[in-house]
Amino acid sequence: MDFNDSPQEAEFRKEIQKFLETNAEKRSTIADKPNDKGPQIAVAGAPETVRGGKEAADEALERAKEWQKKKADAGFAAILWPKEFGGYGGSPIQQVIYSQEEHNFFVPSGYFEIGIGMLGPTMMVWGKDEDKKRYLPKMITGEEIWCQLFSEPSAGSDLAGIKMKAEKNGDEWVLNGQKVWTSGAHFADYGMIVARSDPSALKHKGLTYFFLDMKTPGIEVKPIKQISGTANFNEVFFSDVRIPDSQRLGAEGEGWKVALTTLMNERLAVGDPPGLDFDQIFEATKEIEVEDGLAIKNSEVRQKMADWYVQSRGLQYTKFRSITALSKGQTPGPELSISKLVTASKMQDVSAYALDLMDMSGTIHNDKNPILKNLFQNGYFFSAAMRIAGGTDEVLRNIIAERVLGLPQDERPDKKLPFNELPSGKN
Amino acid sequence: MNFDFSDDQKLLRDQARKFLQDKCDRSLVRSILEDSEQNYSENLWKDIAEMGWTGTAIPEEYGGLGLGMLELCVIAEELGRSLAPTPFSSSIYLFAEFIKSYGNEEQKKKYLPKIASGEFIGTFALSETNGTPRPSNIKASVNDGKLSGEKAPVNDGEVADIIIVAANSDNNANHNSLSLYLVEKDDPGLSKSSLETLDPTRPACSLNFSNVNAEQLGNRGEGWSMIEDIFNRAAVLFSFEQVGGAQVSLDEAKKYSLERFAFGRQIGSFQALKHKMADMYVKIELARSNAYYGAWALSTDSNELPVAAAGARVSASDAYNYSSQENIQIHGGVGFTWEYDCHLFYRRAKLLSLNIGSTRQWKENLISNLEKRNIV
Ligand SMILES: Cc1cc2nc3c(=O)[nH]c(=O)nc-3n(C[C@H](O)[C@H](O)[C@H](O)COP(=O)(O)OP(=O)(O)OC[C@H]3O[C@@H](n4cnc5c(N)ncnc54)[C@H](O)[C@@H]3O)c2cc1C
Repeated sequence: MDFNDSPQEAEFRKEIQKFLETNAEKRSTIADKPNDKGPQIAVAGAPETVRGGKEAADEALERAKEWQKKKADAGFAAILWPKEFGGYGGSPIQQVIYSQEEHNFFVPSGYFEIGIGMLGPTMMVWGKDEDKKRYLPKMITGEEIWCQLFSEPSAGSDLAGIKMKAEKNGDEWVLNGQKVWTSGAHFADYGMIVARSDPSALKHKGLTYFFLDMKTPGIEVKPIKQISGTANFNEVFFSDVRIPDSQRLGAEGEGWKVALTTLMNERLAVGDPPGLDFDQIFEATKEIEVEDGLAIKNSEVRQKMADWYVQSRGLQYTKFRSITALSKGQTPGPELSISKLVTASKMQDVSAYALDLMDMSGTIHNDKNPILKNLFQNGYFFSAAMRIAGGTDEVLRNIIAERVLGLPQDERPDKKLPFNELPSGKN
Repeated sequence: MNFDFSDDQKLLRDQARKFLQDKCDRSLVRSILEDSEQNYSENLWKDIAEMGWTGTAIPEEYGGLGLGMLELCVIAEELGRSLAPTPFSSSIYLFAEFIKSYGNEEQKKKYLPKIASGEFIGTFALSETNGTPRPSNIKASVNDGKLSGEKAPVNDGEVADIIIVAANSDNNANHNSLSLYLVEKDDPGLSKSSLETLDPTRPACSLNFSNVNAEQLGNRGEGWSMIEDIFNRAAVLFSFEQVGGAQVSLDEAKKYSLERFAFGRQIGSFQALKHKMADMYVKIELARSNAYYGAWALSTDSNELPVAAAGARVSASDAYNYSSQENIQIHGGVGFTWEYDCHLFYRRAKLLSLNIGSTRQWKENLISNLEKRNIV
């Protein structure tokens, strides 16, 4: 048992630090200077809240692309990817070291993770060599952004319930239907999509998986305003969208298998704690006053913070255990599902409690907010999304119960009938 | 970074698990639970000592095996899983650690070999009040080498051959005067009366000292910092016991939920129960990971220990209390019977989470250590 960096790991860490110090601005855990940008909350597909309309959003995207290019040039944009596609060819522990260090700097995020974390790895498994050569390097450099067109109005947790029609017409497929909650579709250049190619087959059998150019005629993207007031996800409508058969990944009718590759990588990619955790509320309690003085001195506050600390560090150490298993050639299983499950609820609890501590001033939600620049106000909204996106709390508990603990599956009336004979409710 | 036990340590774990399955089945645990005359299983204690476990982390020169704290963590988890009714925690996690860290050469020579061989059982006497022990509420005191006062509960006090007692030196009840003293069981001024506990397989008593011979352990006036240090070390070991017990609570809940049918299906197929067991799993995994971190800090004498130990302790108490409580719930009515084993874990979980200080207290320790060290 050794918690310290090995000499090679320490060297790698130094290299990373040098790169970050030369190229990015260091930030504190709290926004202690007036113009300090402070901690941020951003996860895959949902860049940090950008105020100021389209112009500001475009500018933010440009800055993100510039940063991504630098990172890619240095080799750090996709530590786990093979070198031939512009990756670092590194190990999971190196990926963790990079994330740990990057966490201390103000860098844009939320644009490229879906591609690099989920869709790229799917193409690596299922794509043709020429496609990998054409698309993967630009995914890393940020020149081309990708989105995940999976969920539909009638299919979220029950992803295999999608209805998007894919009809084969010679060497082409024609897509008709609607996707929804597609993060980043409004700035994405490409997307990966699952569609139903055979409605008379069983639910999981009649699906086929494609990638496509978001500028293909017939695609219409409409941003959806979220409870946070911004719009990071979208409705995407498809009317007679024609894509060549060469853009199919996996065999016809094998789309579910390909989608599972994406989802498996999603589980590996999500759950990295965003910048709202124990450390932030710990700092905040040193500034906020409650009935008997500073919040940090209040015993109830201390009791609660201890719970969040052990959750936060417990997750971090669980990750280290998984990485150790990986480095010994064992596969870490669905136990990784605990990460997002714990992180999202913790963030919601921490945010709500911090607002409580601020008392009446907790209601203020604008940039003048003296405490941590709105961090907890933003977290209050954002955490509600985290508990749903990428597998809801309930679905994650099902996964743990069934795949880790081996408990029986739920009753599944949908497994036996052809898709077009299944009962369906609202939507 | 390598965040796992070594192959040798895993082998030790497998051996220990097999050994305890054989020597410490539930009927042995129940024999102690149901016989108020027996404080622990003498047979199991002998077996454990023969295996060398009592000397795991005691240096060879003092009769131990000279292995490390990581090996002791491995054994602790197995003792926790099997609900072993022995004074292992009092004698090894506390007494032996006090002597190893603070005994003079003579004291080490005198006690460690006998502790390592299991011939002697040691324990530690601190609490005197209803509530959290603090330097200010310790009244026991020593004058001219004679100790007077009263301590309760003292775990394994009835069977202990040698007791470390926290007391004020020279009748001066201020913080700086708290010291530690060694007291032998045969002293005529020492009287015991047994106490019932939440978990009778882990007994306690009250001890009355009246002008008992007391030999100083460690520096005078440094009692409290020695206690904090040894409690930190013990907290990691306790947390492994707790993780072990929590895991078995989950395993048994799962097993029962697959065997019991209601409404025409296995109760383990109801989401309300599946999600409960998923929550147990999450708490246990977090606790295990925090315990690993504690083990690393303990085995390397890292200055992370106070934070790591408190984190391990808080997380493990939460996991075991929750899992043992919901294990009863998943069993329904039979879970509340004497006959089913659920209560064995429910008892042990709460008892362990109080033995070296409550969860409340450890949460407070955690935050104050974070403040002190400002490591975040
Ligand atoms: C911020 C955000 C970003 C997103 N980005 C994307 C994206 O980029 N691409 C994409 O394809 N999708 C995206 N999604 C969609 C997301 O994957 C789905 O919202 C999610 O899987 C839940 O599906 P649903 O919304 O249809 O809810 P439903 O599946 O209808 O769930 C409603 C409720 O029912 C519960 N429920 C459903 N099934 C079960 C079950 N078997 N057992 C117990 N409870 C159950 C759920 O837990 C939930 O509480 C995003 C969502 C959010 C919030």
